[in-house]
Amino acid sequence: MRLKIIVTLSVLAGAILAWNLYRIFLQVPDEASQGAIFRIIYFHVPAAITSFTGFYIGMFAGVGYLLRRDLRFDSIAASINEVSLAFATITICTGSIWGRIIWGIWWTWDARLTSYFVCLLIYFGYFMLRRAIDDPTTRARLSAVLSIFACVDIVLVWKSIEWFRTQHPGPVLEIRGGGGMAPGMESPLWWNFLAFLMLAAALILIRTRQEGMRREIDALRRYANAF
Amino acid sequence: MKFLRRTLAIAAKDLRSEIRGKEAVNASVSFALVILLLFSFAFDLEPAVIREIAGGLLWLIFAFAGTLILNRSFARELVNDCLDALLASPLSGAQLFLGKCIANYVLIVIVECISLPVFVIFYNVVPQRLALLFVVMLLGTWGITVIGTMFSAMTVNLRLRELMLPTLIYPMLIPALIGAIELSRVLITGAPLAESLFWFRVLVAFNVVFTILALALVEIVLVG
Amino acid sequence: MPGASAISIEGVWKYYGDYPALRDISFNVDAGSCLALLGRNGAGKTTLLRILGGLSKAARGRVSILGKDTRAGGSRQRIGILGHGIGVYEELSAFENLNLFGQLYGLDNPRRTATEWLDRTGLERVRDGLVREFSRGMRQRLAIARCFLHQPSVLLLDEPFTSLDDRAIQVLQDLLKTALSEGRTIILSTHQLREALELATDVALINRGKLAFRGARTWEMLEDPGWLYRHYGEA
Repeated sequence: MRLKIIVTLSVLAGAILAWNLYRIFLQVPDEASQGAIFRIIYFHVPAAITSFTGFYIGMFAGVGYLLRRDLRFDSIAASINEVSLAFATITICTGSIWGRIIWGIWWTWDARLTSYFVCLLIYFGYFMLRRAIDDPTTRARLSAVLSIFACVDIVLVWKSIEWFRTQHPGPVLEIRGGGGMAPGMESPLWWNFLAFLMLAAALILIRTRQEGMRREIDALRRYANAF
Repeated sequence: MKFLRRTLAIAAKDLRSEIRGKEAVNASVSFALVILLLFSFAFDLEPAVIREIAGGLLWLIFAFAGTLILNRSFARELVNDCLDALLASPLSGAQLFLGKCIANYVLIVIVECISLPVFVIFYNVVPQRLALLFVVMLLGTWGITVIGTMFSAMTVNLRLRELMLPTLIYPMLIPALIGAIELSRVLITGAPLAESLFWFRVLVAFNVVFTILALALVEIVLVG
Repeated sequence: MPGASAISIEGVWKYYGDYPALRDISFNVDAGSCLALLGRNGAGKTTLLRILGGLSKAARGRVSILGKDTRAGGSRQRIGILGHGIGVYEELSAFENLNLFGQLYGLDNPRRTATEWLDRTGLERVRDGLVREFSRGMRQRLAIARCFLHQPSVLLLDEPFTSLDDRAIQVLQDLLKTALSEGRTIILSTHQLREALELATDVALINRGKLAFRGARTWEMLEDPGWLYRHYGEA
């Protein structure tokens, strides 16, 4: 059953992405000021929203563990956070490429990119913490607390970097290409978003199952070693 | 006021231990001085530019040197299983945490009070509004202390604790550090304070939010 | 109060991940009795004692000490714990250590109680000496003082006789006998069957996380300490 869901989601996501790629590259016209690179927005923005949403859902999964003390919540939380981390990396890479084409530099301390980078660092820390803990119960507990701190902090990080950038202006990656997109140009964005969500869901399901198996193996190993 | 009595007993115990050994404070002050020295090579700039970046330099020093003290905070309880002895007593996790925060705060402020005059002398930067700068120092340091002590509690039983603590806390501290740096910059260069009031709010919000969050979650971290 | 349950353990499970370290442990300990908790290394004795002492939480089940949950503040007031580590600070003096714990346990006059206990454990001459400079035996006696100083009604001791020197063993045995005569409740986990069984009124054996035996301490056990293991568990 689970396998069927995963396959269905992946196939659907793949289909939408393929169709969207066709639309994006062959149907949508070049944007006035930015040229061809403008199309990267169709990947940059959905990846950004997917990862952001993911981190917050991951936090709720962690809270779920703290309330229920069921390790399946922890597996879900870790999987969601991992997939979100992957999408956050995509966000930053696409943003960086965009900046290279538009501004000629690989990186600019644009408010959004900087905030994303901080997010990335915080969740690298999250996974580093998980790797350093052997006992699954302790790992679940501490990861959950860390993700609560992380998600509360990210709000403050976002706001403070934004304000910093208004006081110290620098190059800004214009997401909306100067004032909003023409009507026909927006829909690929939302289709890609849907595709990314489905892809994320499929990956999370796979990952959660892996975590479950890992727990089983770990328990068996303890049995074997104890007696 | 039993809550306060037990909290202060823990704070006093940590401070007494540290004053006897002086290991963490010595290491921290030495580290601060070394960084000041390294900065002098890395940033060999005109006085006007130094004034602009002084706030940033100062808080980098405070953050780095402070980590040495924060690392020791819960680690010192591992010797002889003292942490278990504390948790077995009627002391609550929140009291233990707050006591340690107070002790760490005092120690880091001491290190800062030693580093600041040295900084002023080395870089020829005389802050205009010293009293306000001190207020910023106190506000910013509490943010560093709360996050650092909380993560010290989280990582207490882990291997590679010393490596992990800085990696975990610095990204978290960014709102507080930006706020402290900006306010310090404004105060040192003599720029008008009015536009920077936002940063005071950021610092206060950071401190309040994370102190409450830490007090609420520390019991889960320490016991289960 | 003889007969009343001082310690009640119901259906306690503890997991490390999916692996159960403690499985459905249930038993009671009456007030004024001394329970010897036996079991191989890794059987779960320390895990159980930590849960009883409020140092960790059971995944399932209930533990109550003197009628209250172990993490309730009032509970821990009346519990004294002696674990593997001595639980005293190296950089503080003997007096400062006892004074600190006296304050944490909310004693009326921590300083006087600290001084009393330094006398009782024969440490009055090194009162202001730093623990760092103490011999092993002195540290153990200080640990014992820390454990007893707030007059706990329930004592939880994890392998207390291991690595004690003769003087410390004597001090501990006297204190435990006095405690029992005052109606306090003791659980001590041990490998040293002889010393534990002498003091014990009851015995429980944990084998592979499960309760294998629970009953009164009999003469057979005292005569032949290995009897229990042969009948109910693994040596």
